[in-house]
Amino acid sequence: MQAVGAEKLLELRVDSKTYRSARNTPIEVLRDFVFELAAGSFASLVGPSGCGKTTILRIAAGLDRDFQGERRMSPSTRVAMVFQEPRLLPWRTVEDNVRVAMDAASVTGEVGEWLERFDLVEQRRQYAAELSLGQARRVAMARAMSVGPDLLLLDEPLVSLDETVAERLRGELRAIAETRKLGILLVTHDLGEAIELSDRLLFLGGKPASVVLERELSMPRSRRDRRTVAALAEEIAAQTRTPHNDAKLRNRDTRI
Amino acid sequence: MARILSLAAVIVLWTVLAAAVHSPLLPGPVAVAETLARDARSLALPYHLACTLLRVVAAFAIAFSLGMAAGFAMGKWGIVDRIGDPWLVILLNLPALVTIILAYVWIGLNETAAVIAVALNKFPNVVVLTREGTRALSPELEDVAQVFCLSGPARIRHIVLPQLAPYLAAAFRSGISIIWKIVLVVELIGRPNGVGFVLGSAFSLFDMVTIFAYSIAFIAIMLAVESLIVQPLERNASRWRRKAA
Repeated sequence: MQAVGAEKLLELRVDSKTYRSARNTPIEVLRDFVFELAAGSFASLVGPSGCGKTTILRIAAGLDRDFQGERRMSPSTRVAMVFQEPRLLPWRTVEDNVRVAMDAASVTGEVGEWLERFDLVEQRRQYAAELSLGQARRVAMARAMSVGPDLLLLDEPLVSLDETVAERLRGELRAIAETRKLGILLVTHDLGEAIELSDRLLFLGGKPASVVLERELSMPRSRRDRRTVAALAEEIAAQTRTPHNDAKLRNRDTRI
Repeated sequence: MARILSLAAVIVLWTVLAAAVHSPLLPGPVAVAETLARDARSLALPYHLACTLLRVVAAFAIAFSLGMAAGFAMGKWGIVDRIGDPWLVILLNLPALVTIILAYVWIGLNETAAVIAVALNKFPNVVVLTREGTRALSPELEDVAQVFCLSGPARIRHIVLPQLAPYLAAAFRSGISIIWKIVLVVELIGRPNGVGFVLGSAFSLFDMVTIFAYSIAFIAIMLAVESLIVQPLERNASRWRRKAA
């Protein structure tokens, strides 16, 4: 839900994005994708794997400038990103991984605070190369939050984590979304996760991909229990019906 | 322990052989030790070793700083690579002796020529290794640096150098052995001091004791550099890697 006149953090218009295949034939992956994100809002991009979600995220982050369209963001907007593979510096300790980001952003503050928040105090002096995936994901999240971002980009941050760890991190994301005035864009293939966390949902589909369904979710996060999420997911899936999505949803249902 | 035993065995073998042959062409350990002690006292040995060592350090510094810069540029930008590559191939295949003669002829029989000749012999090897390392730099970590707005020096320190470390260590290690050897040739041909010069004069007099004494002193320094500088540096650079089980 966007408040009227809320400050726009990011305006994105991708008329077309094309990759070159190995045989040098162009493949168009995105067409006519328009997106805006205001401070304090949490949007999710949902769609099957390989549909171009990560490409959008990279364009939003300014990492990929090779597209037709426009990206508008104030230069003072501070961006942080959690990549799908945590992408820590393996030759730095957990603590130093966070500190490097904080130093680059000239943020003063205690690294320890972030390590506590993401339950990493014990791993503080371990090298990133020694962590489990769940721990590394938490470090990546701590690193992103530690720079005090205005815009937080999350690329499947919870994929292939066991359910307890994922639930914990979802809780942390909910808390961040409720308490901090930052814009969040989450990319996920898990519709239930998107419904649980975000207040706007964009469903990607087709080839080349574009938004096939957009949905505002105004219900407070505290009231989004499992039953509600499952019902809503069922309803949205019905509107974007593809066999793949159905399979995803059934998996989700058995989980909750 | 095994290292010490193996070295001791060589010395025993040497003593036995020298006693059996009993020829001035194979002096025994005692004669060599006496010469070492005499030249150490007269300061001739430390003087010549220092001359050689200084040339090694100077050539090493030049070859490394220029080689790393060139290798990084060639690994990073295709156009630089295409322009530089033929020259790299020529330098890699140029015999050390040719570089040395050309340097002495064109620059003169002086210190500059000596150091440049040695540096030129090591330079292409540093370029090749740094270029390989640069090509292997992770684009994923480059993204991280960009998203989190790391400054140039921070990128070099936290992202680039740790990835290049194994390549630089290889260049460092092979560099030390190459440079040591070539410095001696350079000294033999056109310098009035240094270990290479001493070995050259001893050769013309068939003075085998001096040749043995200086070679051994020289090898001892190489071993010291290897175990006191090279190995600790490598351990430090790879301390984050998981230990093999």
